[in-house]
Amino acid sequence: MAPRSADAFASPRARRRYIVVLGALIVLSLGFGFALLAWDNPMPVGTDGFWRIAEMRATGLVVIAVVAFSQAMATVAFQTVTNNRIITPSIMGFESLYTAIQTSAVYFLGIAGLIAIQGVPQFLLQVALMVGFALLLYGWLLSGRYGNLQVMLLIGIVIGGGLGSVSAFMRRLLTPSEFDVLAARLFGNIANADAEYLPIAIPLCAVAGGLLWANARRLNVIALGRDTSMNLGLNHRAELLRALTLVSILMAVSTALVGPMTFLGFLVATLAYQFADTHDHRFVFPVAVLTGFVVLTGANFVMKHIFYAQGVVSIIIELIGGGVFLFVILRKGRL
Amino acid sequence: MITLTDVRKDYSDEVAIGPVTLSIPQGGITALVGPNGAGKSTLLTMIGRLLGLDHGAIEIAGYDVASTASKDLARIVSILRQENHFITRLTIRQLVGFGRFPYSKGRLTRVDEEHISRAIDFLDLTRLEGRYLDQLSGGQRQRAYVAMVLAQDTEYVLLDEPLNNLDMKHAVQMMKLLRRATSELGKTIVIVLHDINFAGHYSDHICAVKDGRVVEFGTPAEILTGDVLTRVFETPVQVVDGPNGPLAVYF
Repeated sequence: MAPRSADAFASPRARRRYIVVLGALIVLSLGFGFALLAWDNPMPVGTDGFWRIAEMRATGLVVIAVVAFSQAMATVAFQTVTNNRIITPSIMGFESLYTAIQTSAVYFLGIAGLIAIQGVPQFLLQVALMVGFALLLYGWLLSGRYGNLQVMLLIGIVIGGGLGSVSAFMRRLLTPSEFDVLAARLFGNIANADAEYLPIAIPLCAVAGGLLWANARRLNVIALGRDTSMNLGLNHRAELLRALTLVSILMAVSTALVGPMTFLGFLVATLAYQFADTHDHRFVFPVAVLTGFVVLTGANFVMKHIFYAQGVVSIIIELIGGGVFLFVILRKGRL
Repeated sequence: MITLTDVRKDYSDEVAIGPVTLSIPQGGITALVGPNGAGKSTLLTMIGRLLGLDHGAIEIAGYDVASTASKDLARIVSILRQENHFITRLTIRQLVGFGRFPYSKGRLTRVDEEHISRAIDFLDLTRLEGRYLDQLSGGQRQRAYVAMVLAQDTEYVLLDEPLNNLDMKHAVQMMKLLRRATSELGKTIVIVLHDINFAGHYSDHICAVKDGRVVEFGTPAEILTGDVLTRVFETPVQVVDGPNGPLAVYF
């Protein structure tokens, strides 16, 4: 009999299963990643020309990696600190703020507005706006006399809804051609990302994600709720604020890079818990990131080579992802 | 010893807890009893630093709960609330393992594992330790939570109505276990109880709370009288001699 231990996995079998799942995800990631680089590549594999074309496509792959990493880490951490498994940080107003910024740029400046909000400083500004907005909300609501997570979420949703309606109203007043150009920006689209943003986005995400990773053991405790984590000696409010700050950085970078991906984080986090079958964040995080990468590369591949709609991945993620999600939930019967 | 000096928590002009001045002696079980809404659980959560005070001070073993770092207090006092619902799916052993967090910070050593095993064995959960919490009955789950706070290995243990949802057999089992924890492990247990007869039979001290104030404090023999209980619970209570000590009869 195995020695008694409070391992992250309920049984040695669960641990073996985890390793197999992790291996499968790595293989799938490599497979889809390579397929994206090599499929439809007119040059024979291995030649100079092949690598030149692959290199041009690699930017998209890096963007996918950044988005998968930030959405997965952010959603898992967000669900943990809010003690809610059916929630995603996008509802905290990041996406509606992004939509509002994009829409008002076109509304006030016309199509030239879209060009005006492209560029590294503008990208930084958007990230800063979203993080600032989130921190203001968290800081105010968590330290004020409400001090209540539920109220914070509710207000986040209400503000998000309000911003969304304002954007929808402005879109009504656009000319059809302006609307058309804008609509392309409002789908989550890998092609939205500009390679020159990456030198900023990658370090930001790496630092924020790294800090979340370093906090994994504390997150395990925070998942037990406020009272239990305080009983175990954590400063719950400080932990909450720290985690939410990191989450907002990750979400802001991802949203400013490619646009709204409402469903991705939720899907990835839910699947990751099913795949990993452990409560321990040190094991859930890698599975979530890899799942995100597989989902994004897979969706991108399908859109690009089957529907010839390059980049618009949020549509397929919501379609296929929703199906997979329902299937998993109905089969397992729990979140 | 736990001392409360002039502790107050104000909710509105009419609703307030305190001022409470009280010392809970070291060792044994002290039961907090009183009518609904009297403030028993609020007092307990303030002692366990889950709720801040508006006025006054609470000291546990000489440590002020407001100014001592939470992570240090976690080795002196543990508290278990009434409602425990976790989003994470845990086995009993994993849950009890969290009780070691104040020492291990999540990296369990062999010594931690021994503590965990002992707490699980103490609550008679050895056979079930690999089960998930959602596969347990209410009584087993309650015992698992208590095992977690025992694994925390604190001198002071605060429990908010641990007999909730337990039937006769399991309620008696739980109280016997807590008695053993005080005698064998030398714990000081403060417990909120609803059933005055459980408090009378199993505790060493009873603290009666009413309208946010401590109205009586004494041994079970002193509190279990018709007069005192009638006053505290505002309903006619008679105390009769049962086969194992006095019994309050209120219907």
